[in-house]
Amino acid sequence: MNEMIKMVVVLTVLSALSGGLLAAVRNGTKEQIEVQQLQFVKGPAIRGILAGAANDPISDRFNIADGETEKTFFVGKFDGQPNTVVFESLGKGGYGGDVGLMVGINTDTDKILGVAVTTHSETPGLGARAKDDPKFVGQFKGLLVTQNVKVTGDGGSINAISGATITSRAVCGGISEALSYYQKMKPQIAEQIKAFR
Amino acid sequence: MAKTLVQEFTKGLWNELPPFRLVLGLCPTLGVTTTMENGLGMGVATTFVLICGNILVSLLRNIIPPKVRIACFIIVIASFVIIVELLMQAYTYPLFLQLGVFIPLIVVNCILLGRAEAFAYKNPVVPSIADGMGIGIGFTLSLGALGALRETFGKGTLTVWGDMSYNFMDVFPSFEPFAFLVKAPGAFVCLGLMLCLLNIMGKK
Repeated sequence: MNEMIKMVVVLTVLSALSGGLLAAVRNGTKEQIEVQQLQFVKGPAIRGILAGAANDPISDRFNIADGETEKTFFVGKFDGQPNTVVFESLGKGGYGGDVGLMVGINTDTDKILGVAVTTHSETPGLGARAKDDPKFVGQFKGLLVTQNVKVTGDGGSINAISGATITSRAVCGGISEALSYYQKMKPQIAEQIKAFR
Repeated sequence: MAKTLVQEFTKGLWNELPPFRLVLGLCPTLGVTTTMENGLGMGVATTFVLICGNILVSLLRNIIPPKVRIACFIIVIASFVIIVELLMQAYTYPLFLQLGVFIPLIVVNCILLGRAEAFAYKNPVVPSIADGMGIGIGFTLSLGALGALRETFGKGTLTVWGDMSYNFMDVFPSFEPFAFLVKAPGAFVCLGLMLCLLNIMGKK
């Protein structure tokens, strides 16, 4: 009986200590990881969407707070005017977790300029093609922000990646969320973007 | 114990060289050694977990009840693996992207559990550190060597670490790389050749 209690106590204490330690390390490295992701994953995605912009979109950015959440907007200048914003969104419920997205919107025409997948853990060769296959994300280009973004099976206009409907749905969901967020925040965005003229 | 610290350390470098002598930990050995840098990076990550795991298991060896020792080892090892994963994400992000799923898979690398069970659980802290370092460095060198072999002949390049890389195609422009060596079957062929070479050398 005594041994039994010891087993339970040792395992419990060890697990608790391990959990505490991991939480501490995670907190300690969180900022540095974000810096690295910005440099190696999100940065190239932003630059890819804003290809041909006259400025450096990574340094020209502003934050807008909505309630508790705060989003960063990256500004792209075309034809001398800051008329494009790129911001992050999350496609919830992918096959291997949430799918990180970058959505670029032209503020003059209210059309999507481009979409890129950043962080994900989808299956290589299937869901991961959302990131690797430019044809899939290319479908979002030129859509109006008021449009309904859905895969064809759900009554929308986006062709899902074959064999990866769940991933495609998650990406569409993330983009819809980004579009409605953009429409809601449009006054603030228009106000902030003036500073980059 | 008749064995000295030096012996505990050096056995990992030759007599118990993990992938070639013990033929343990083959999953990362075959999976990540497409370039020398990947092999070394994986080796360093594994060595860190091995040393820290050995220290902790050795410290706790009188507290851990024998019946749940494996569960305890796994908690210790898994914690250090996640720490390594977070640190790699924070400081060597490109390497983390390259190694991908193999970093979390260090948890199930049987070398780690094997050393905790066979050595650290029965020995004091200092010899356990020596054992972990020896085995870890042996593993790193083995992966580095295998990576160098596959990269040199499979791609015609050699990336030692970061920007330190060489391109043999500049020197021998007519050399056609054996792309097959960088793929999975090539890993088995290279491993077999190195095992064979080490066995011949070991006989003398």
